[in-house]
Amino acid sequence: MASVRSDAGPGRDGAPQAVKIVIAGGFGVGKTTLVGAVSEITPLTTEAVMTAASAGVDDLSQLPNKTTTTVAMDFGRITLDTDLILYLFGTPGQDRFWFMWDDLCRGAIGAIVLVDTRRLDDCFAAIDYFEQRELPFVVAINCFNGEVAHKPEDVREALVLADDVPIILCDARARESAKVTLIEVVQHALVRASGVHRGPARAGGM
Amino acid sequence: MSGEHGQEPGRVVRPYAMTGGRTRSLRDAELEVEALVSTTSAGEAAVGALNIDWRSIALICRDVLSVAEVSARLDVPLGVARVLIGDMAEEGFVLVHRPQQTGDRPDLALLERVLYGLREI
Repeated sequence: MASVRSDAGPGRDGAPQAVKIVIAGGFGVGKTTLVGAVSEITPLTTEAVMTAASAGVDDLSQLPNKTTTTVAMDFGRITLDTDLILYLFGTPGQDRFWFMWDDLCRGAIGAIVLVDTRRLDDCFAAIDYFEQRELPFVVAINCFNGEVAHKPEDVREALVLADDVPIILCDARARESAKVTLIEVVQHALVRASGVHRGPARAGGM
Repeated sequence: MSGEHGQEPGRVVRPYAMTGGRTRSLRDAELEVEALVSTTSAGEAAVGALNIDWRSIALICRDVLSVAEVSARLDVPLGVARVLIGDMAEEGFVLVHRPQQTGDRPDLALLERVLYGLREI
């Protein structure tokens, strides 16, 4: 009788399917703006409450009193086909809510790290996280008022990014720009998934 | 008078009171935030007899919605939405379409479909 099934996957007639892309970056860098620029719905907010149930991830037993923490995430939705929906999830503003990042990144296509070049260090934690989890990500430099304080290659150097991590300029307010950024993530995920590396081969071995 | 926790009017019941204190569904299915939920014909038929939370879910999930959307639209935490949806699925009132789980990431065919779809929007 139970209907929680995972067999309603691809290929099943009429079974709708969901995919997601994660939008990370420092507080106020424009994550929700980017989500809102392409989402077909006004971005919604969902909350997660970290309780003892999350203790396996964030060990609350260390705390003297049982505590709960609420963390909010904004998200949007794009219907790509009658049976295919893409969700865009903004990460919680504070990087310390890792328990929620795990939830958001599980099964994701990839991620966008939205960067304000005036506050580069705000995105260090997100990049570390995605590198560790081997989640494909692109770095999108949000150009406020069309201004870029630093060139993409300077940003690559400052962030110590691998050669194959795409860096693009974007305007998080503009639908077309947000769309192009999403396409970039999917293309990067495709390259990674197909085992083709665009970047130069590492020295040695040939 | 309601202290620091009173900023959100509307819900007077503590969130986990609605789920009997459980934070896991009956089958311990940790539903993905993007898992899709749709009301079944059984759920549709039973709508009038369901409790208020189940009824709300049965009504909004006539159109397919994700777990995250159910959480946002009912204004309950994700964990609560998961339990409510999991329980309703056990009763056959909703169908849950979980994301493709062949590996950690969507496969090539699915990525191609997403790419195609994005270019068309």
